[in-house]
Amino acid sequence: MTHETASSLQPPKVIFSPIGWMREHLFSSVWNSILTLITLYILWLLVPPVIEWAFLKASWVGTSRDDCTPGGACWVFIAQRWSQFMYGFYPEALRWRVDLAGILAVLWGGPLLFQRFPWKKLFGFSFLIGYPLIAWWLLYGGDLFGMTTVPTDQWGGLMLTLVIAAVGIAGAMPLGILFALGRRSELPVIKAVSIAFIEFWRGVPLISVLFMSSVMLPLFLPEGMNFDKLVRALIAVVLFQAAYIAEVVRGGLQAIPKGQYEAAQALGLNYWQMMGLIILPQALKLVIPGIVNTFIALFKDTSLVIIIGLSDFFMIIHRATVDPAWLGFATEGYVFAAAVYWIFCFGMSRYSIALEKRLNTDHRR
Amino acid sequence: MKQKTLLAAVGAALTVAAVAPAQAGETMDAIKARGEIRCGVSDGLPGFSYTDEKGVVRGIDADFCRALAAAVFGDANKVKFTPLTAKERFTALQSGEIDVLSRNTTWTMSRDTGMGMVFPAAVVYYDGQGFLVNKKLGVKSAKELDGATVCIQAGTTTELNLADYFRANKMKYTPITYDKSDESAKGLEAGRCDVLTSDQSQLYAQRIKMANPDQYVVLPEVISKEPLGPVVRPGDHEWFSTVRWTHYAMLIAEELGVTAKNVDEMKQSSNPEVRRLLGVDADFGKAIGLPRDWAYQVIKQVGNYGESFERNVGKGSPLKIERGLNALWTQGGLQYAPPIR
Amino acid sequence: MKPSRSAFLSWIYDPKIRGIIAQVVTLVVLGLLVGWLAHNAVTNLAARGIASGFDFLNDPAGFGILQTLIPYTESDTYARVFVIGLLNTLLVSALGIVAATILGFIMGVARLSKNALVSALATVYIETFRNIPPLLQIFFWYFAVLQAMPSPRQSLGWFDAVFLNIRGLYLPRPIPTEAVTAFVVAVVLAFALWWVIARWAKRRQDETGQPFPVFWTGLGLVVLLPYLASLVFGSPFTWELPQLRGFNFVGGWVMIPELVALWVALSIYTSAFIAEIVRAGILAVPHGQTEAAMALGLTPQQRLRLVILPQAMRVIIPPLTSQYLNLTKNSSLAAAIGYPDLVGLFAGTVLNQTGQAIETIAMAMAVYLTISIMISLFMNWYNKRMALVER
Repeated sequence: MTHETASSLQPPKVIFSPIGWMREHLFSSVWNSILTLITLYILWLLVPPVIEWAFLKASWVGTSRDDCTPGGACWVFIAQRWSQFMYGFYPEALRWRVDLAGILAVLWGGPLLFQRFPWKKLFGFSFLIGYPLIAWWLLYGGDLFGMTTVPTDQWGGLMLTLVIAAVGIAGAMPLGILFALGRRSELPVIKAVSIAFIEFWRGVPLISVLFMSSVMLPLFLPEGMNFDKLVRALIAVVLFQAAYIAEVVRGGLQAIPKGQYEAAQALGLNYWQMMGLIILPQALKLVIPGIVNTFIALFKDTSLVIIIGLSDFFMIIHRATVDPAWLGFATEGYVFAAAVYWIFCFGMSRYSIALEKRLNTDHRR
Repeated sequence: MKQKTLLAAVGAALTVAAVAPAQAGETMDAIKARGEIRCGVSDGLPGFSYTDEKGVVRGIDADFCRALAAAVFGDANKVKFTPLTAKERFTALQSGEIDVLSRNTTWTMSRDTGMGMVFPAAVVYYDGQGFLVNKKLGVKSAKELDGATVCIQAGTTTELNLADYFRANKMKYTPITYDKSDESAKGLEAGRCDVLTSDQSQLYAQRIKMANPDQYVVLPEVISKEPLGPVVRPGDHEWFSTVRWTHYAMLIAEELGVTAKNVDEMKQSSNPEVRRLLGVDADFGKAIGLPRDWAYQVIKQVGNYGESFERNVGKGSPLKIERGLNALWTQGGLQYAPPIR
Repeated sequence: MKPSRSAFLSWIYDPKIRGIIAQVVTLVVLGLLVGWLAHNAVTNLAARGIASGFDFLNDPAGFGILQTLIPYTESDTYARVFVIGLLNTLLVSALGIVAATILGFIMGVARLSKNALVSALATVYIETFRNIPPLLQIFFWYFAVLQAMPSPRQSLGWFDAVFLNIRGLYLPRPIPTEAVTAFVVAVVLAFALWWVIARWAKRRQDETGQPFPVFWTGLGLVVLLPYLASLVFGSPFTWELPQLRGFNFVGGWVMIPELVALWVALSIYTSAFIAEIVRAGILAVPHGQTEAAMALGLTPQQRLRLVILPQAMRVIIPPLTSQYLNLTKNSSLAAAIGYPDLVGLFAGTVLNQTGQAIETIAMAMAVYLTISIMISLFMNWYNKRMALVER
C-alpha cells in the first residue's frame, strides 16, 4: 500500500482533426456508416442537378423568353416581372409611397426588436399609434392632405401580403387576449361565448371563411351597406387568427402560479388592474415564441387569399406563370415564391428562438 | 395597430363603397350615389375579360361594363372590375357585391327564375359548348371520345351538358373539375386530360394561351346552346332596362353604321332612326333615369357591337373568331335588337 | 336617503352583481347582433327571390365526379354528392395523417441522430418544408408530378399489373372469392392469438422476469395463419388487372394524381411540424431516465420502447392531434387542383348549381367543426388517461 499521492493524469488531449470528427460523428458504428453513405448518395442525387439548374445553366439577363437557354432556370422571368411581384398593380408613379411606408416601418418599428434599444417606450407607443395612421395615409391616400387615393383593388404583390399579415397580427392580438381572458373567466356566459368563438374559428378552414367574407357577407348586411373587399378579407383573417392567439395566450395564463392572482387581489387590485399590471405582462412574456409561431402560420396563410381573387404575392406569380409570353416557367415562379416565403418565415422563427433564449427568466429548474 | 383596421374599415366604407340608403331594389340609385358601376368579370379569359400586364381589364365582357358606365355617367372609366371565378360569381351577384355580372354567363331557366337573378335578354355572345383536343390524339369527332378524361371548369352549365351528352351517347368519361380556366388549360397541356370542354369561344381563348396553339384543334360538334349575357339582381327595373338597352343600342348602332369614329357626324344625319338613337330628336333615356345622350356616349367611348366584337374576339384580336351566329340578323346571324321608338 | 344611496353604491360595486350585469349585456348584444344578421339575410333572400332551405338535397345533381368512393351516377342526388365529398376529404386526411406521422417520427428522430450528416439533412428538410405555404407546395407537387409523368400510351409498367402514367397510379384490384371468409377468419384469429399471447407473456414476465418475443411471434401468426387458410381453401382474391383500352386504363384501382399531389404535399408539410413535436417530446424526457434504464440493463431498443417513448408520447400526443386537425383543414386546399373534396365539390360545384350559398357553406363548415370537436374530445380523453398520477 502506498501513501503517496498519485501524480494527477494529464487531461485527455482534445485535438480537432477532420478524420477524428468524421469517425465520431459519421462512422461511429456500422449502422451509422450505412446511414452516412445512404445520406451521401441522396445528396449526390439531389444537389448537383439542382445547382446546375438554378445557377450554372441559368439565364440571368435579358428581356424576353428568347434570352433563356433551355436546361437551366430562366430568372429573366422573375427579373422582368419584379416590380409587379412587389407592388401588384399599384400605380407606378406612386410606388414611392409604398417604399416610404416600408422604410418607415423598418426605421421606426425595427429598433423595437432589439433588447438594448434605449428609447423603446417612446418608439413603441408612437409606433403603435402613429404608424398605422401614417401607413394608411401613405398606402391608401384617401385624398387627405393631397394624397391621391389608390383603391385597394390596385394593391398587390408582396406589399399586399405584408399588409394582410401586419393588419392580421395587429388586430388579432388585442382580440385574442380578450378571448383568452374570457375563456378563463368565472362568468359562465362570458366563458361559453369565448369558448364557442375560439372553437368555431379554429375548427373551420380559412378558405371557407374567406369565401364567406368575400362573397357572402353582403347577404347578412342591409341592402347597400358594404365594405371594401380587402377590408372584409382582413376582418376574416383577424377573427380567424384571434382564435389561435387566444389559445396561445391561454397557455401563458395557465402557467402563471395561483399565488400571483392571490397576491394581486390581496393588494386590492380590481380585475382589469390585476390582469393588466400583474398577470398579462408575465403571461405574454411566456408566450412570445408561441405568438411568433402563430404569426408565421398567418404569414403563410395569407397565400390563401388567392381563393378570393386578391392579387397577393403568390397570386401575382401564379397569374404570371400562365401569361402566354412566359409560358413554361411555372417552376421558376414557384421556386421564387417559395424562397421569399421561406426567408420571411425562417427569419421570424430564428428571431423567435433567440427571443425565447433571452427571455428565459424561468426559475423553476 | 388596432386603429389601423378600424380606420381602414371606416375609410373604405365611406369612400370606396359609399353607404347607400337601405332600400330594396334600388340598384340604380346606389350606383349613381357611388359614382361607379361594380362589374363582375372573369378571372382571366382572353377576348372576354382578362387583366393585361398593366392591370387593365380588357375583353368584350369588360367593354360591355364600360358601355354601361358610359350610358349612366357619360364616362366609360367609371367601372370597378371584380374578377370572379365561376364558383363565386352568382353568390357575388346575389349578395350585392357587384351590380352586374358580365362574365360569359349562360342564360338558363333555373338561373333566371330561382336563384335571385335575372337576365335582361341581352345576349352579348351566342355560343355553344365544344371540345378542344390535342391533334396527337387523332380524334375527329366528339362521338369518338368514349372513355376520355375531360377537363372542365367548376360551377358551369358545361359540367351538366357534358354529363348529358355522354349519357345520351352511351359513352363513359372521367371529369376533372378545376376552379380556374387557367388550370384547365394547363391540365390539357400537361396531358392530364384528353379533352377540354367549354363554350366554343372559350376554347379559342384557351387555345391561344397554350405554348403551342397549333397542336390543338376544336372538334366540330356543338353540344349545347349557350346564350351568354350579363345578369343583374331582380327588383330594379331601371337598372335592368339600362343593361338591356345598352346592348341593343350597340346593335342598332352597328345596323345603322354608326361607329365610334363617325358618331359626331351622324348626329347631323337625317335618318330618323339615327337621330332617335343618338338622342337628337327625342329623349328615350329619361324614362329609366339615363341622360339624353346615353347611347351617343356608349358609341363614342366604346363603339358599336361590331367594333367591340372585332376588337376583342374577332379579326382585330389574336382569337380571330368569325361572327357566325353573332352576325346581325341582316347578315344571317342572330343578333337582333328591337327598335328604339 | 343616505343609507340607500350607499347601499346602491355597494350594490353597483359588488363583483357578483357586476358579473351578472356584464353577462346580461353580453347576451343581449350578441342576441341583437345575431338577430340583426339573420333578419338581414332573410330579408335579402326574400327580396332577391333566392330559394332557401334544404330541399335541394333531394334534387338530382347531373354532373360527373372525378373520384367517388361509393357508387355514383349523374342522376344521384346532391345529398349523395355531399357524402362523396365528405368521404374524399376523409380519405385524403387519413392517408395524410398516416404518412405525415411516419415521416415526422423518422425526421424527428433523425434530427436527434448522433450522425451529423443525418441530423443536418433532417434539419434542412424540416426548416424547408415548414416555412413554405402549403398551397404553394400543393401546386408545386401537382404540376411537377404532372409534367414528369408519361402519357397513358407510354406508361411505366411493372409485371403488367401496376402502371404509372399522368392519369394516375393503376394497381390490381382484389375481387373476393368464396374462400374470402376463411381468409378473414384466419386474420381475425391470428390477431386474437397475438393478444392472448401478449397477455400471457406479460403475466409470465411479471412473475418470472422471463421476456418473450411477443412481436415476432405475433407477426409470424398474422402471416402464417392466413397463408395456411388460403392454401387449404384456395386463393381468397382474384386480381383485376388494369388494361389500356382506348384513351385510358380500365379496371383495377386507380390513384389519381390530384390525390397523390395533395397527399404528398400535406404529408410533407405536416411531417415537418410533427418532426419538431417528436424532437421536443424526446428531449423532454430527462436524461436520468435513460441512465436509469441503462443501469437496469435494458438494451437500447428496450430503452426507447419501454422507457423513453411512453414518456415522450405524453408530451407528443396533444400537439400531434392539433396537427392532425390542421392537416384535415388544409385538405380543403384540394379545390385549387381539382381534387373533389368537400369544399371543392359541395361548397363549390353544388353551391354554384343550386345558388344556395348559405346552406352549402354551413353544411361544409359543420363537417369541419364536427371533426374538430371530435378530435378535441379525443384529446381530452387521452390527456386524462395519460396524465401523471401524482401522489
